Amino acid sequence: MMQSLYDRLKDRFNLGEFTGRRADLAFVTVSREQLRPLLLHLRDLEGFTHLVLLTAVDWIEDDTFQLTYLLNDRARARDIGVRLMLPRDDTQMDSIHDLWPTAATYQRELREMFGIDFPDSPRVNEDFILEGWVDIPPYRREFDTLRFARETYPERPGRETHDPATYMKQQLYPDGEDNG
Amino acid sequence: MKDELDKRLDNQPDGPERRGSLKDIPVREELLPRWVKGPEGQEYVVEPLQDYFCQAGPTVQTPAYTRIIEDLFNWARAESLWILGFGTGCGAIEMRPLMTPRFDAYRYGIQWRPTPRQANLFVISGYLSVKTLKRAIRSYEQMQNPKYVVGLGSCTINGGMYWDSYNTIKRLDDYLPVDLYITGCMPRPEALLQGFDDLKKLIRAGKAEGANHYAEHFDWYKANQKRVIKDWDMPDYSW
Amino acid sequence: MQFEWIMVPYSLLTLFIVVNYGLLLTALMQKIGARVGRRHGIPIWQNYVDLIKNYGIRSSITHGVMFYLGPVFRLTGGVGLLLFVPTLYGSEMFSNLSFAGDLILALYFIFFGSLGMALGAGESGHPHSAIGVSRGLSQVTTAELPFALAVFAIALQYQTLSVTEIVAAQQGSVWNWTLFTNPLAVAAAMLSFLGSMMRPPFDVVLAPQEIPIGPPTEYHSSYLALMQTNRVIFPIAKIVVYMNLFFGGAATWPVFFLKVFLIYFFSLFVGVVFPRFRVEQSVRWFLVWALPLGIAAILVV
Repeated sequence: MMQSLYDRLKDRFNLGEFTGRRADLAFVTVSREQLRPLLLHLRDLEGFTHLVLLTAVDWIEDDTFQLTYLLNDRARARDIGVRLMLPRDDTQMDSIHDLWPTAATYQRELREMFGIDFPDSPRVNEDFILEGWVDIPPYRREFDTLRFARETYPERPGRETHDPATYMKQQLYPDGEDNG
Repeated sequence: MKDELDKRLDNQPDGPERRGSLKDIPVREELLPRWVKGPEGQEYVVEPLQDYFCQAGPTVQTPAYTRIIEDLFNWARAESLWILGFGTGCGAIEMRPLMTPRFDAYRYGIQWRPTPRQANLFVISGYLSVKTLKRAIRSYEQMQNPKYVVGLGSCTINGGMYWDSYNTIKRLDDYLPVDLYITGCMPRPEALLQGFDDLKKLIRAGKAEGANHYAEHFDWYKANQKRVIKDWDMPDYSW
Repeated sequence: MQFEWIMVPYSLLTLFIVVNYGLLLTALMQKIGARVGRRHGIPIWQNYVDLIKNYGIRSSITHGVMFYLGPVFRLTGGVGLLLFVPTLYGSEMFSNLSFAGDLILALYFIFFGSLGMALGAGESGHPHSAIGVSRGLSQVTTAELPFALAVFAIALQYQTLSVTEIVAAQQGSVWNWTLFTNPLAVAAAMLSFLGSMMRPPFDVVLAPQEIPIGPPTEYHSSYLALMQTNRVIFPIAKIVVYMNLFFGGAATWPVFFLKVFLIYFFSLFVGVVFPRFRVEQSVRWFLVWALPLGIAAILVV
């Protein structure tokens, strides 16, 4: 089902790589210029009326951000994920809040958590979850979360960690016998 | 607040480099000083943070009565715990069963009040993100002396499973005076009832003077709070 | 009516009995309500403990003069209503300050507390207080309408404005009660009674689950304790008016306790059976169901 959809749209929107996950779930890659026409086509002509989510992945090794627009076709119970690769040094993207108003919220989150800017998106520069964040956006992979937590929030001494498997084994079978 | 951060970064090997990437936090527009024209044409400056709030800090309220009356009051305070209905984390879900027929905390004089003015017990129910901490501090300060804080779950004690998170605090007693911790992740409602029972013993013994401790060590608490809340756009003490 | 100094301790005694009875009765009603929900509910002495606790709070803040006066007005409304109506019929000790025109005064006192509260809560500056006040006043006003009509019907029926004389006219037999001589007026008044008791289905103004607790949002410590005291006096005082006007009054304390309990229980009974109304729903409900009854009561007389 998804393969035939891809074949039909491939040349028209100059689609990139196709990844079929299940019969009703597939991902395609698209260029920035073709994103908007493709989304419009999917929404208005192919029945993908619902924007499930808009999220990002930080491929720091390839120096790119991957934006994923996940769309759902409720009538035929299928999903398509539209991937878009964005260079990490030019993190500006076109807003799609006029296609799906909910996208504005996702774009606000991406702006805050990844530092990907969506000019013209409503309230995109307001605080979303974090308040008074001064460091680099926390979901970028060069942000060292553990170090930040250690530096910022004082710890209470005496915290121990155990490997759950060995610890529970010790607790349950202190003699080292596993009779179970 | 940025100075605070700068000082901390100076001690780091790559501090100066990272400092350049930090951004300034703009003050919210409604909190900026503004010019206002009076009815007779005179103009004066309104500084919301200065003019709209009382600037005085909290004071230590000593028990001014004789021993017997203070004991009576402490007994009444212990038997009438009014919890502020402010769920800060996942632990809030453990409080609801206490109202239901199975646990029925009302039997023990425990009630929930929707406003901090009337509550005398603040249950920090689980992890506290910096954003929530800000609200928790304001709510705590609006409660009237004497007031008690109970930290619920491992997250309030040492960070729990959020020990390496970028926006949750790890020690609640750095920011608010905690009278009692209830361990667990999450503690069962029975554990909560047991905890409230222990808190009652503390109150009856006159040992739960968290509000006075907060007033005495006000500067220390404020410094800790301002270290993590970087956009401090509220009065230092919320009356 | 002649004023005598002995009336002062008598009135204080009335007040003392009513406050204690009210504290216990309110807790008992909450316990009964809890039992309906299969809970045990608060201990019967919980109201005393809460009261001591609130008087024992060490710090308090103020928002201005009216903020102080709000609870005082409210308490005045409750105490005034109680004292200007004969608590026990025929008893010199407990007739208090009742006089020839006390029915009108009682109507006024019922409303007095709400108005004082509105001013006080307004000064606290909290938006929830303001919302609570506007909701509360609109609901209480519509709830009072049928009651006022019922009172006029009664006054016409007995040709007097004195509560004592109205009670006197109902003595002799149960069949002389207004309940049987003018059932329409009693029905209208009892519906209105539901609206002013701040119990479900008409407690949206004060219910803690709704917009945080309405008018008293900012009240705490001793202010709140004063209001709690009023919350136990005012329902009893109001029930005393109802008892005198519609249910033959009471000549002894045991009869008084029993009748007050039963009338209070009526509102509790309705409250645990029916879910909560929103304000606009309850206003419409009073106008559609209770008001015509009141008008009919006047017409029939």
